[in-house]
Amino acid sequence: MSRPENATALVTGASRGIGAAIAKALAADGWAVAVNYRADEEGARRTVDEIEQAGGRAVAIQGDVANGSCEDLFERAEAELGPVFALVNNAGVTADGLAIQLDDDAWSKVIDTNLTAAFRLTRRGAKSMIRARYGRIINIASVVGPRANAGQANYAAAKAGLIGMTKTVATEVARRGVTVNAVAPGFIETDMTVDHAERAVEHIPARRAGQPEDVAAAVRFLASDDAGYVTGTTLYVDGGMSA
Amino acid sequence: MAATVTPEAVEKTIVDALPQFGVEESDITRDATFEDLDVDSLDLAELSQIIEDEYGVQLKGDDVGKIKTVGDAIDLVVSRAG
Repeated sequence: MSRPENATALVTGASRGIGAAIAKALAADGWAVAVNYRADEEGARRTVDEIEQAGGRAVAIQGDVANGSCEDLFERAEAELGPVFALVNNAGVTADGLAIQLDDDAWSKVIDTNLTAAFRLTRRGAKSMIRARYGRIINIASVVGPRANAGQANYAAAKAGLIGMTKTVATEVARRGVTVNAVAPGFIETDMTVDHAERAVEHIPARRAGQPEDVAAAVRFLASDDAGYVTGTTLYVDGGMSA
Repeated sequence: MAATVTPEAVEKTIVDALPQFGVEESDITRDATFEDLDVDSLDLAELSQIIEDEYGVQLKGDDVGKIKTVGDAIDLVVSRAG
């Protein structure tokens, strides 16, 4: 089946970095895009403007996905743009520290935003997608999770959890034309990684950090009709780091 | 606005919905088990959504686990709406 008319993609955490690049790439591929942001309204508006200037359709929708009532993002996106057939769970935070020093808040904050929110939004999104017999759910995971990264036990747990959730949900909804996949970015140049670049590049076979557009291209593919037989998998965008 | 919940109306909703899950209409009776009709948990989850949209009656995961026959489903929806 091909993408329905007026199909909207909801991208969480899309005010900047990887999320903004994803929003723009999907818009360039014909999706109407709901650009969700928590606090960076200016960044979200910039993303929307860039999409519109390129001839696409987008709206900025404020909402903290870690808030238990995040599911209304769907209603709002649908009211402004059209039925949501792609969900990109990109919103993510870090709160680093060695496990012996991480407090409960630092643990919960990262699990709530990076994993629990993705589950809630997936639950809501999949309900309407299975009825429509079409959907694309893409979870932005990380090489961290499958791989260790000292100081990020919470982040690693959330991202590894996201990959596990991706596989199981994918098998539940596959026969309804809904695919569920994860993208695992390696070291990508964004605000989140700016302090670690030089040291990290030595360990990357490609000898450079990735760009948000590299991740966005993978998401664009997974959201496309071409990827209709790809589900339950994790696409690594890491310059060879995990090979 | 939610439709009126009567056993006849609920039965009709279910009978109309099941063929989209590959069920032959002629096989649908009150005593037919969902297992015999080849209706699995995903189909039942979707059927729950159809019922919720039509009648405003919410069927949760636990409920769906206990529904074995078409009759069980009809009776549960009617009892929940009351």
